[in-house]
Amino acid sequence: MSTETQAIQELATREYKYGFVTDVEAEDFPPGLSEDIIRELSSRKGEPDWMLEWRLKAYRTWLTLKDPDWANVRHEPIDYQAIIYYSAPKRPKSLASLDELDPEIRKTFEKLGIPIDEQKALAGVAVDAVFDSVSVATTFKDKLKALGIIFCSFSEAVREHPDLVRQYLGSVVPYSDNYYAALNSAVFSDGSFCYVPKGVRCPMELSTYFRINAQNTGQFERTLIVADEGAFVSYLEGCTAPMRDENQLHAAVVELVAHESATIKYSTVQNWYPGDRDGKGGIYNFVTKRGHCRGANSKITWTQVETGSAITWKYPSCILQGDNSVGEFYSVAVTNNFQQADTGTKMIHLGRNTRSTIVSKGISAGHGQNTYRGMVKIGRNAANARNYSQCDSLLIGDECGAHTFPYIEIKNTSAQMEHEASTSKIGEDQIFYCRQRGLSTEDAVNMIVSGFCKEVFRELPMEFAIEAQKLLAVSLEGSVG
Amino acid sequence: MNGANHTMLEIKNLRARVGGKDILKGIDLAVGTGEVHAVMGPNGSGKSTLAGVLAGRSEYEVTAGSVTYNGRDLLGLDPEARAREGLFLAFQYPVEIPGVNNAYFLKAALNAVRKHRGDPEIDAMGFMALIRDKMALLDMDQALMSRPVNDGFSGGEKKRNEIFQMAVLEPKLAILDETDSGLDIDALKIVANGVNALRSPNRSAIVVTHYQRLLDYIVPDFVHVLSDGRIVRSGGKDLALELEARGYGWLEAEAQPA
Ligand SMILES: Nc1ncnc2c1ncn2[C@@H]1O[C@H](COP(=O)(O)OP(=O)(O)OP(=O)(O)O)[C@@H](O)[C@H]1O
Ligand SMILES: [Mg+2]
Repeated sequence: MSTETQAIQELATREYKYGFVTDVEAEDFPPGLSEDIIRELSSRKGEPDWMLEWRLKAYRTWLTLKDPDWANVRHEPIDYQAIIYYSAPKRPKSLASLDELDPEIRKTFEKLGIPIDEQKALAGVAVDAVFDSVSVATTFKDKLKALGIIFCSFSEAVREHPDLVRQYLGSVVPYSDNYYAALNSAVFSDGSFCYVPKGVRCPMELSTYFRINAQNTGQFERTLIVADEGAFVSYLEGCTAPMRDENQLHAAVVELVAHESATIKYSTVQNWYPGDRDGKGGIYNFVTKRGHCRGANSKITWTQVETGSAITWKYPSCILQGDNSVGEFYSVAVTNNFQQADTGTKMIHLGRNTRSTIVSKGISAGHGQNTYRGMVKIGRNAANARNYSQCDSLLIGDECGAHTFPYIEIKNTSAQMEHEASTSKIGEDQIFYCRQRGLSTEDAVNMIVSGFCKEVFRELPMEFAIEAQKLLAVSLEGSVG
Repeated sequence: MNGANHTMLEIKNLRARVGGKDILKGIDLAVGTGEVHAVMGPNGSGKSTLAGVLAGRSEYEVTAGSVTYNGRDLLGLDPEARAREGLFLAFQYPVEIPGVNNAYFLKAALNAVRKHRGDPEIDAMGFMALIRDKMALLDMDQALMSRPVNDGFSGGEKKRNEIFQMAVLEPKLAILDETDSGLDIDALKIVANGVNALRSPNRSAIVVTHYQRLLDYIVPDFVHVLSDGRIVRSGGKDLALELEARGYGWLEAEAQPA
């Protein structure tokens, strides 16, 4: 093996730095799932009857469904009775102020670089922090409230804004949508809710930070964002988890609704624990994300940087119902060591003059397997629909893989489709060229990888683009090829 | 010519192989500080191999010999350390790096070298000011700066970009591997100007070429002929003229071991 290849391999093997465990007292449920557990969960959260009923319907549906087996990923069967469905740090029923927050949890988020003190918060970013199953802190709530924007934990939304939640919950991802969405609908514990009223432009980035701490727990959060007519909101989601030998399940659902002329930008930086170098442990990230461009001229943009998780299974999608609505999907997915990712999007064109853009960048290193799976559907009434898709794969080393599965279904002949795909490899000659100019192998790989991803990074809010770039560097450390 | 100068590079009995085949079969060469040496020789004789070994290309296995660079064991340094110590290779085949902006790349390279020297990093503004003159010197098209490194560059543009990088990085020892091939006459003059602008009593260069044409502009202090992995003849600048007239045949015949 040449020194370049060795260096590349070494790059891929840096430690996961968010892998610590926080020592807090938690209230856990016994493992396992049943109607009783769901009733207990719902009552513990003080939910209204309609919420419990919805959960139970979802649960009964879930019992009739089967794990999807079409994804290009491999794992042992999951024992759903071994998972703990609710774990919450013990604390007073509700926090009068952020000062009451358990100092251990505060420390955790500080360690992660997530500001939950308002005065220390990143300028212009409101944060909702979710620790295991519950939301522990939401910053800048009052400032947002003055504009009529609701940004709170999902549990709080169910209590305080039941009409809005009832109106929109499940309206984009019904509980019967798929196996994991049904499971989530039955047992979701918390998450974030956001409503931006007519004509309001949310003046700051909204951000939720998810953290799995407890052992053997699943995290099933639910996010619902509604942008009313002419509203604008940009939302960012980040995630980490401790290093554990067992696999942990994360099955989230995200629903976005954009009314007429509204815009939602949803950005994810996913860095769940990916497992160790030999593929032991790590998060199973089985997530359903879908946006509905309900009104004319609305726009939804999904941007994701997926560097973590042992297995990622997610397809943030857009239903383009409103005329002239726009859906965008920008994705960077990294698989290193034994990580597997099967990710992509669905763009469903229903309205006239609807447009969609798909830019997918898959990076595989080590033994990583990276699959892009994307669907573009042009409905019968979607006159003049346009889609542009670009799927690029970058291979680092000889033992990884990249796969592309584009599906196209066109029922209106006026559609215009453009598809570009490429596969490239970081070559030893490129690395040597950089080193001959004085750059280290790591810097060379980072530079090439960032160059490969820049169309996606430029869609992220500035601070997060820098964060994402660093994260990418860390996840590829030890991987050059 | 400059015999009194200290030796910048000293190659002793250097042997190297690639893919199980011996390519360099005992090279001895000393390059004094301030000197320009031309290395000529038939295709496949090992010129690029020698350049690659000096730059630290990992596919070449050094089987014997030593190389001292400014008093240090060159072969013990990794490629980036050699580069930061002022060794620059203008590639015979410059490598394309899609997605990486040419100016950004060069700024990163310059800062790696500066950091090594203990100089402060240069920011984008300072960098643009610094490269302005060098771009003029090499008549570099501004558009090439914002394109990805060598990606889709014409053959001549790639070569010019190499010398432009050299002009910005200001190496102590420049090794130019057939920088003239693929250049039109005007470009050849421009590139030679760029190299000459860098000539100074404290810099040296090894210029690999097949043609006297380049040596009309970059006048060497010494000329060496490499054949089958050995230096079979060394001389002054007139040797190149003789080669131009007579080819390599007579030297190869002379060099046959008895
Ligand atoms: N990776 C390799 N595997 C096998 N043989 C190689 C390899 N690299 C170089 N060689 C051989 O080594 C010999 C010397 O090559 P080198 O590139 O050094 O020649 P050169 O003098 O630069 O020739 P030219 O004038 O054509 O550029 C050639 O016979 C070449 O085929
Ligand atoms: Mg050569």
